[in-house]
Amino acid sequence: MELFSNLAMGFATAAEPVNILYCFLGVLLGTLIGVLPGIGPTATIAMLLPITFALNPATSLIMLAGIYYGAQYGGSTTAILINLPGESSSAVTAIDGYQMARQGRAGPALAAAALGSFFAGTVATVLIALFAPPLTRMALKFGPAEYFSLMLLGLIISIALAHGSVLKAIAMIVLGLMLGLVGTDIYTGTPRFTLGRLELADGLNFVAVAVGVFGIAEILRNLENERDRDVMIRKVTNLLPTREDLKAIFAPILRGTGLGSMLGILPGGGAILSSFAAYSIEKRLSSSPRRFGKGAIEGVAGPESANNAGAQTSFIPMLTLGIPANPVMALMIGAMIIQGITPGPNVATDEPELFWGVIASMWLGNLMLVLLNLPLIGLWVRLLTIPYYVLFPTILVFSAIGVYSINSNAFDLFTVAVFGGLSYVLVKLGCEPAPLLLGFVLGPMLEENLRRAMIISRGDPMVFVTRPISAVLIFLAAAVLIVVLLPSVAKKREEVFLEDA
Amino acid sequence: MMHRLNLRDALAGLIFILIGAFFAISTRSIEIGTAFRMGPGYFPLVLSGLLVLIGAAIVLNSLGNGTNESLGSVPWRGLVLVLAGPVVFGLTVRQLGLVPAIVVTSVLAVYASRRSGIFLAAAMAVGLTLFCLAVFSYGLRLPLPLLGPWLRF
Repeated sequence: MELFSNLAMGFATAAEPVNILYCFLGVLLGTLIGVLPGIGPTATIAMLLPITFALNPATSLIMLAGIYYGAQYGGSTTAILINLPGESSSAVTAIDGYQMARQGRAGPALAAAALGSFFAGTVATVLIALFAPPLTRMALKFGPAEYFSLMLLGLIISIALAHGSVLKAIAMIVLGLMLGLVGTDIYTGTPRFTLGRLELADGLNFVAVAVGVFGIAEILRNLENERDRDVMIRKVTNLLPTREDLKAIFAPILRGTGLGSMLGILPGGGAILSSFAAYSIEKRLSSSPRRFGKGAIEGVAGPESANNAGAQTSFIPMLTLGIPANPVMALMIGAMIIQGITPGPNVATDEPELFWGVIASMWLGNLMLVLLNLPLIGLWVRLLTIPYYVLFPTILVFSAIGVYSINSNAFDLFTVAVFGGLSYVLVKLGCEPAPLLLGFVLGPMLEENLRRAMIISRGDPMVFVTRPISAVLIFLAAAVLIVVLLPSVAKKREEVFLEDA
Repeated sequence: MMHRLNLRDALAGLIFILIGAFFAISTRSIEIGTAFRMGPGYFPLVLSGLLVLIGAAIVLNSLGNGTNESLGSVPWRGLVLVLAGPVVFGLTVRQLGLVPAIVVTSVLAVYASRRSGIFLAAAMAVGLTLFCLAVFSYGLRLPLPLLGPWLRF
């Protein structure tokens, strides 16, 4: 079968010593930053992006992917042990996980999280392998009109799934789209919004924008209330879950995996949303919902499976269509472009080793995480004693060197500062930064496909609704937008997110 | 006391309006074209118009929708020093070299924290310099000169 030969090729690539090494480094680093609050996978990948230039394409993507799903693992460890979620996607894990730890059941909680994540990772790897080829084949038939409609649908879904105000999310996306257009117009060579600076002729530096928006702004947020972390390291005994535990987590892991796999594909949601959704489903389905919040192991297994599955299936649109589902995937696309690979459906056919190697490496990486994490828990918790006043200067200096090394260009560092400041202000005013970065990456693609579609149709905008695939996508986009803006839904939506917060 | 205006929303909307207006004005020098043959200014003009409209909607929504929520504290010293970090690094790295740039940036960063002090700054400057040299110059072999032209004799 084609699937097996493809996966075999993937494992052959992933099992090359250099790839194993970088996969290991990736998941190790991912766990590390997952454990540490105040630095997430987006900022880390942005910082390391320039460095991957020295690696070959498959190796660099394998490492960056490892950082992303490794962070989902690391985040749960501290959520359970000290009620401090290292990543927002493990915030719900802290609810019941920490209660379990207080009852002396930290071991089973950690094991449930690890087993759930590993199972979800395995299933998601198979799902990617199953769905990527047909999606790629379909995407190859896409014309500019279909691409434009698909991206529009993606952006609107990400608005629907964004936290907080819908209007602000739309504004952030539009702002991102516009910032993405800065630079020389590809058709006419006209400089746009370059303020007369030569450095802006190629557009705003993507890495610099990402580091500013996610790295610097986050430091500023954390400086608002500097506190010491009281880290009490409890000795974790008996990691093994009991037979009852295993029975209790079986169904939640399956449900979490299914839910996460579906939500991960949608733009904007991914890991965070799926863990929240999984938790509320487990609570609703449970025969004894009262136990939730007091140490129910289902409340750990479900969300942890969901966030790992979601993190991994979010690779599907990136690998098959070249369209990012979240800022991390946008950075992955950036990494491909740095390597001279054009993201899109061609990657699977032109670079099969890279394509399948990255997919296979995810399974290997998940295996490493299980083996690596459980024995090293003591070490991860001790990392939390690193004070923030040591951590953030390190992040700042690393970011500066990383960004500078791309073009040896001081202007890129000014970009970091400007976007760090702007993003801090916007976050403070209740605007989520993720849609901005998504828009930034999609801006040029959206414009190019719009212009091409209009040229092909001789200026007839009906092209978007007369071509069947495009029509369906546009219809869905309109439906989602109307539903989100309906006053009753908007109200309900606000309640849901308030509950989460 | 009830506020009649949601400050957070009003400011956010205002920022969007200003940025949108700036981009819209900037498209004046760029060819707009028609829907058939879109010029380089067409899509940006549509987007900036949209941004101004959404910004206005956010501002309108903020009226009479007030809460007592304050904007929270702003770490002014941290804000200035952290944002100065990359800028100073960019200004120093070419002429003075990597080592001085790291030292200056890490000292700035340390003073952004309320826990700063001369001892900590010195320790971080030395530690971070060695760490970064090990990672970037030795490990990744980035071709950045350790000392720039101004410091070479």
